[in-house]
Amino acid sequence: MGLTYQSTGKLATREIFNVPASIRQPVVALAGNPNTGKSTVFNALTGLRQHTGNWPGKTVLQAKGSYIHDGRKYTLVDLPGTYSLLANSVEEEVARDFICFARPDATVTVVDATCLERNLNLVLQVMEITDKVIVCVNLIDEARRKNIRIDSDKLSERLGVPVVTTAARSGEGLSRLLDVISDVVFGRVQPKPRLVRYTPEVEEAIARLEPGIRALVGGEINARWVALRLLDGDIKLGHSLEIFCNRREPVRAAREVLV
Amino acid sequence: MSTRTILGDLMEEAKNIVGPRQDQVRDSVVKSIFQAAENIAGEVVSCSSPGRANWDRKIDNIITSPVWGFPSMFGLLAVVFWVTLSGANVPSAILAEGLFWIEDRLTDLFAALHAPAWLHGFLVLGVYRSLAWVVSVMLPPMAIFFPLFTLLEDSGYLPRVAFNLDRFFKKAGAHGKQALTMSMGFGCNAAGVVACRIIESPRERLIATLTNNFVPCNGRFPTLIALATIFVGGSVAVFPGSAMATLAVAGLVVFGIAVTLLVSWVLSRTLLRGEPSSFTLEMPPYRKPQVGRVIVRSVLDRTMFVLARAAVVAAPAGGFIWLLANARIGGTSALAIIAGWLDPLAGCMGLDGFILLAFILGLPANEIVLPILIMGYVCGGAMTELNSLADLRQLLVDRHGWTWLTALCTMLFSLCHWPCGTTLLTIYKEQRNWRWTVAAALIPTAVGVVVCMVVNNLVRTLDWV
Amino acid sequence: MAGKTTLNNLPSGSFALVTEVLAEGLIRRRLLDLGLVPGTRVEVVRRSPAGDPTAFNIRGAIIALRKEVAGQVLVSPLGDEAAG
Ligand SMILES: Nc1nc2c(ncn2[C@@H]2O[C@H](COP(=O)(O)OP(=O)(O)OP(=O)(O)O)[C@@H](O)[C@H]2O)c(=O)[nH]1
Ligand SMILES: [Mg+2]
Repeated sequence: MGLTYQSTGKLATREIFNVPASIRQPVVALAGNPNTGKSTVFNALTGLRQHTGNWPGKTVLQAKGSYIHDGRKYTLVDLPGTYSLLANSVEEEVARDFICFARPDATVTVVDATCLERNLNLVLQVMEITDKVIVCVNLIDEARRKNIRIDSDKLSERLGVPVVTTAARSGEGLSRLLDVISDVVFGRVQPKPRLVRYTPEVEEAIARLEPGIRALVGGEINARWVALRLLDGDIKLGHSLEIFCNRREPVRAAREVLV
Repeated sequence: MSTRTILGDLMEEAKNIVGPRQDQVRDSVVKSIFQAAENIAGEVVSCSSPGRANWDRKIDNIITSPVWGFPSMFGLLAVVFWVTLSGANVPSAILAEGLFWIEDRLTDLFAALHAPAWLHGFLVLGVYRSLAWVVSVMLPPMAIFFPLFTLLEDSGYLPRVAFNLDRFFKKAGAHGKQALTMSMGFGCNAAGVVACRIIESPRERLIATLTNNFVPCNGRFPTLIALATIFVGGSVAVFPGSAMATLAVAGLVVFGIAVTLLVSWVLSRTLLRGEPSSFTLEMPPYRKPQVGRVIVRSVLDRTMFVLARAAVVAAPAGGFIWLLANARIGGTSALAIIAGWLDPLAGCMGLDGFILLAFILGLPANEIVLPILIMGYVCGGAMTELNSLADLRQLLVDRHGWTWLTALCTMLFSLCHWPCGTTLLTIYKEQRNWRWTVAAALIPTAVGVVVCMVVNNLVRTLDWV
Repeated sequence: MAGKTTLNNLPSGSFALVTEVLAEGLIRRRLLDLGLVPGTRVEVVRRSPAGDPTAFNIRGAIIALRKEVAGQVLVSPLGDEAAG
């Protein structure tokens, strides 16, 4: 059957995020802390001219572009920079909802090599939402100048996801990034994120909520993460989830007819 | 069971599990994540010479110092204006020379083709000439200022401005990041309005939106520069005249900032009452901008932008003005009649009817205000040769009786009047509320009218002109 | 251990360990997201020329906080030698 449930569900929800459902090409999202070079990476890959600037918060509107790699076209989405995905602000909500509900085929998390620690905070949160994560350690030229060295193999091993180091402004490492993105998108590489383990109380609470959530959202949205968000009293996510599930309903019905 | 009820149940259950310890759960989750990040970073990052000289701090020691912080800010602003002002002079003259030479050739061409006078008038004296004015007077300052500004933006200077000025914004009940949105406003007020999204609190975002127009955008800036050069700098951009003109422009900008703070203060005590929200601002490391690339790119971008706007807005406006100036009603041109209607109000504000009309017709884009004014003055009279600032001075002073007070009031009204159409549209799109959009037009206009009236009457009573 | 104080009371150039975030609601969330969790070492970098806000080095980033906000973070000051 051509109309698979998986793909239609995905395409239908992407429409909410201005990614037309007709787009059958892979969608790649750029997430990351503010001012880590997301727009610079975006421009380098798409050849577009999103505004960049050396201050956090330059990008406030989500931008979309495309590029061709190995004869295939990809859609690239530049998300606003955020410190976390706990949805305290509009940008955080935009970024989070995009990663969660538009379910990009890969999410590249751009981090600042000169302050990796604070950037990993976001990476760990992104990995909770989706498996298909690539970490792009950008500004590596600046890190070098400051004599900061990063063992990217070890980082990749510790996180369980591919890591690429880049200097987006000069284009260093970008072709490798493109290769890794396509590997992840087409499943040649399957990231296995090593998630943060919380305190026993929190883990126990998650375990209690998870089955109910899984029954509701199916395998498309990470139930562990939703459980965590609900425990955090995240009402906004509840609303987004409701929209998501309702949008999916007709698709599910359609599938039942087809099967 | 519907999705809503299942979700509701799940949220209820989550609430029960957490009980009253909501904050503790959040704390523990965040702490675990940071702990993990710390552990991983500890394993993979190595820093071989931690004690290396920290340039960022040395620069900040000056730029944010109690002694040098504010003078250096004003100094940098002045340098940027000065470079713009004196750098724009030569290209401006060359462009004017070239474009008006072409105008003469076009006139020859129309004559050779025996085209009717009205066609020549409309197309050449109306449409083409206003295009030529926009390109020669407005483009050079824009194409110089914008790259300079982009260099500052890329270096990481802007957040320091916000850091220095936050205290004043706090006192005004506004957000420190408003300084960043104002900085964006220098490039374009519409961009400044969009940038207001970085302010999370809706109240403070609205304050920043409503006051963004008190920053002279790239489209108004050349008007200020041209008038300052003519009336303060002695119409040539050479030292010391250029320095005086620079100070005049910088003074106006500082005045605009003061008005912004004052209006923000009033708003946060009247229409938009509320407490200043929390404010966190990250100050990124300084970065060396890619100078060559920034300059080439932003000069090209700006040029394309101005040319496109000129084609879309200035050309039709020029044609329209020509029609108004040449449509005779009982022996007087329609333009003069309308200007006559506006004269009483304009007179109180230290302007004249033509100036006010130029501002009104300039609603679509501020770049065309000065060109429209020139067109209005020129179309009526017999003046043909007008291709330098010195000629412009002659037109304004000798033929239309401008004094320095007229120039000052025009500059003040340029700084404080309704935002351009694009900006208003953007405000509407961002706020989704036409009342605030109207307020965004009324507030600066009211301020401008009052300021101009006060200045005009004060100067006249004191007999300074 | 030295007496407890709040972040806004420390002089420029001093270091401290975060012991507790007193703020509630959104501000609390913001501060946590910036990495101000208990146990974090913070450096007071500089004050704005106007006296407020103050810039802090929090986990490698320079972040400016107004004194009302910084006043809601309990810290225990570290001696200079402990600053490393
Ligand atoms: N030296 C160096 N600078 C870079 C690199 N990548 C980006 N930059 C600079 O870093 C600054 C921030 O880049 P942006 O691309 O605007 O960052 P962003 O992540 O989109 O920022 P937000 O939109 O604010 O979230 C700009 O001044 C860039 O020129 C790099 O690899 N090396
Ligand atoms: Mg960006």
